[in-house]
Amino acid sequence: MDPQNMQNMRSPLARAIGLGSAKEGVGPWWAERVSAVALVPLTLWFAASIIAHTGSDYTTFIVWLRTPLVAIPMILLLIALFYHTALGLQVVIEDYVHSATMFAAVIAARLGCCALATAGVVAILRIALSG
Amino acid sequence: MSNPTTTRPRPLSPNVQIYRPQLTSVLSILNRITGILLSACAVVLVVWLVAAAWGPQTYAPVQAAIASWIGRIVLFGATFAFFLHLCGGIRHLVWDTVHGFELRSIYISGWSVVAASVVLTVAAWVASASMGG
Repeated sequence: MDPQNMQNMRSPLARAIGLGSAKEGVGPWWAERVSAVALVPLTLWFAASIIAHTGSDYTTFIVWLRTPLVAIPMILLLIALFYHTALGLQVVIEDYVHSATMFAAVIAARLGCCALATAGVVAILRIALSG
Repeated sequence: MSNPTTTRPRPLSPNVQIYRPQLTSVLSILNRITGILLSACAVVLVVWLVAAAWGPQTYAPVQAAIASWIGRIVLFGATFAFFLHLCGGIRHLVWDTVHGFELRSIYISGWSVVAASVVLTVAAWVASASMGG
């Protein structure tokens, strides 16, 4: 019996088990929703704050950013934003990019989001903690 | 002998070239496109924050680029993309609670997303202009 026929003797269920999306997929799906819920108030607060600061100079902006009630939500915004971005980009990449390029693109998106979130948080901390 | 069915290209559905665009499908793909555009905006947000942390000499050219006419046009587009993704995202969160799947509800929520996004974008820029921008 050649290997091709051996494969055909396995039931469709036996061939499907362990493959496909029914593994840990619900985790990222849920995380995308949780981060989305967090981003609703955070992004609306950010948009309203930026509108309120139209035409503000550098000093006014820094003094505003330095207060804890601004620095804390800004850091939360950056974390939720890049977490949500990484999850969202991964879904798009998995749908349109195939083969080994997909893994490279997902890794690049994740690392990029981690780097940008870190850079943003460090920038906020530097502003908030500098005398 | 090779099996001909393994090499023949399989039919794809729906065929996007001839598929008539509908509100549902257009909003679905727009949620993805705006998500990708907002990813680029998130990069700009970090550049802006890092420039601010660096000092006024670094912040000035970044702020000038944002305040330029091209910067404002991009920012206007980004505002609309943000509100479309936000409203579309809230619509998706409602769907996740298994509500609003009737055809009538889907069209009502769909047009509500479009209307809310336009109104919020205009309101944001009117508010910004009234602040002295």
